[in-house]
Amino acid sequence: MDYALKNSETLETQTLEVNLGPQHPSTHGVFQMNVILEGETIVRLKPVMGYLHRNHEKLAENMSYLGSMPFTDRLDYICSMTNNFAYATAVEKMANMEVPERAQYIRIIMAELTRLVNHTLLIGFLLNDLGAFFTPVLYAFREREKILDLFEAVAGSRMMCNYFRFGGLKVDVTGDFIPHVRQIINNYPKFLDEFEELLSENEILMARCQNVGIISKDLAINAGLSGPMLRATGVPYDVRKIDHYSIYDRFKFRVPIGEKGDVYDRYYIRILEMRESIKILDQAIKEIPEGEFISKTGAVAAKTPRNFKLPKGDAYSRIEAPKGELGFYLVSDGTTKPYRYHVRAPSFINLTVLEDMCLGYKVADAIINLGSIDIVLGEVDR
Amino acid sequence: MKSLTEIQTDLNQKFPGIAVTIDGTSLVILKENWIKVATFLKTEPEHAFDYLSSVTGTDYKEYLEVAYHLYSVSKQHGPLAIKVRTDMEKSIVPSVTPLWRSAEFQEREAYDLLGIYFEGHPDLRRILMWEGFQYHPLRKDYVQDDQDRPVEQF
Amino acid sequence: MFFGFGVLKGMTVTFKNFVLSYFSKERLTTVQYPEERLPEKERFRNFPFLIYDNKPEDLRCVSCDICAKECPPKCITIVRDSDEAGKPLKRPKVFDIDFSICMNCGICEEVCPFDAIFMDHEFELAEYGRFEDLNYHKDDLLKSNEYFAKIRPHDAAEVDARLAEKAKKEAAAKTVAPPAVPPQPPQPQQN
Repeated sequence: MDYALKNSETLETQTLEVNLGPQHPSTHGVFQMNVILEGETIVRLKPVMGYLHRNHEKLAENMSYLGSMPFTDRLDYICSMTNNFAYATAVEKMANMEVPERAQYIRIIMAELTRLVNHTLLIGFLLNDLGAFFTPVLYAFREREKILDLFEAVAGSRMMCNYFRFGGLKVDVTGDFIPHVRQIINNYPKFLDEFEELLSENEILMARCQNVGIISKDLAINAGLSGPMLRATGVPYDVRKIDHYSIYDRFKFRVPIGEKGDVYDRYYIRILEMRESIKILDQAIKEIPEGEFISKTGAVAAKTPRNFKLPKGDAYSRIEAPKGELGFYLVSDGTTKPYRYHVRAPSFINLTVLEDMCLGYKVADAIINLGSIDIVLGEVDR
Repeated sequence: MKSLTEIQTDLNQKFPGIAVTIDGTSLVILKENWIKVATFLKTEPEHAFDYLSSVTGTDYKEYLEVAYHLYSVSKQHGPLAIKVRTDMEKSIVPSVTPLWRSAEFQEREAYDLLGIYFEGHPDLRRILMWEGFQYHPLRKDYVQDDQDRPVEQF
Repeated sequence: MFFGFGVLKGMTVTFKNFVLSYFSKERLTTVQYPEERLPEKERFRNFPFLIYDNKPEDLRCVSCDICAKECPPKCITIVRDSDEAGKPLKRPKVFDIDFSICMNCGICEEVCPFDAIFMDHEFELAEYGRFEDLNYHKDDLLKSNEYFAKIRPHDAAEVDARLAEKAKKEAAAKTVAPPAVPPQPPQPQQN
């Protein structure tokens, strides 16, 4: 008997539009993805952002240069020290200010500690997206708390540090800073080994993350990706080694490069980067000199920000934040307030390739792809 | 990386007659020539600017300006700053999204917050403000309503 | 190895952590708040407070308005005091800080030229009224110098040394200047 349908036009399929909406536990903030599905496979994906838009760039036009320093803490609210670093570097480049040696060393120590903070949190939450409900998160947070305690002892606050000033730092570090950092560095490799033993050879992790979300080298360079996302595809580009900003030239460290550009490479590169950061910290603590923590013009600018003027002109400067290339573009017209203040946010631009990564995969893979890009909505929306 | 004057000579050699001026540390290029110059800078093996780092719109009160910062990954040099100007009423700038995809979201942001219309962009709509919002917030003549306390200027 | 070995390796890590948390303090990091508290750090900054030397009337603030102008979210309101004749005095009549706006950045402490405002450590400040109870007036913000020395001994010692230095210099400047001598009236010439 032939039961085949003679008239196949009566059986039709339709695509389904789903809103992975702004209130979602896995989207790392208020972020919406409009997804068109064919069965369970993704056919189109459109990211929708702007739910956390605070118009930071317009606020800065009414404020003195120092007054927007606390607001830069709140851009990428997990790594506040590197945001401060990027802004201070941009203003110092325009004003031609020198930064004393001791301040440079402390800045690099804070930047590398922030890299450790960010990468541990990211790996924890990537595993959370995969379904390992909160165990890796809490392992990561246990180590991260020690670094945040250090930030509180030095700068006054765990997350919104507001510690850097133009020409140096706000206050000098306390007497027990170096022993405290030494203690953190001694314990961190053991923690990383335990973390890797828990995660890196896990068959479920490998089956879900390998060959998912592959980006080619040419697409990565063309789309302006930066940071661990770019290096996972195999492009050897690290702003610390290329721009030679601050005193990174004095430290010996390597830059890990990936092979395939999938989610597993992005996860593993971050573990390797943490090990390199520990090497930098080790060298920095041994070599840190005594001296001033802020230059003379910087001290005056911090005490009377209403009189601090920048010369006319514009400048763009960038640093290697844990998430990518964080840049500040400042235009000054000679007064005490910036004329134009623009933040080149890495999370915002890394989201360009989200659709390319997810086409042809399932919905669960879209969640992991978003988790591996490492976005923070404060930076995406500013 | 070649200096700005050398790049200016190269451009004048390749496209005779275009007006390329140097303003501080950046090149100013007319918007009619922008796509030609951008293709030249990207494909020419000596310059090879294949990485567009940042696209920023600024509102100077008589004109609007878009500033591009280009880097090269293959040759590891940069930055090259290029500015393209347009007037306030009919503010149209050709889009470089077909050349560098990183401009996709950043040009949408410049359109959303400043009102610069990018011709040739595949999907130009508001990105940070909600659909249906009427004004362009980063313009200097934008008045914020509903403030319970006036901003003090000193 | 066999398939599933990685998962088992991970499980040994969790098992080890679970067993060791009964024996070592650093595996079990929960602090049972509010019965146990973590030790306070000296530089922890929460909301600001005004400082007075001996009596609440001797507050150091001279109402110069710099902290109100520099505050990034503009949460400080100051109105200068004036005496009966209308002449302005060096004292604030109204000093309001709206704690629901204040973002604990510490810039007001940094720019004050008279060392009159500092950041406090109090964080258990929950109120019922959202707008009126979180707007702190001058009397709620005044705290003594002894309190400051108790919560932040290093910074208080530094500020006291600086103020003592300034007072000594002012006293020395007063005694060095010679008292003004009135000119002698001309003696009538005996001729």
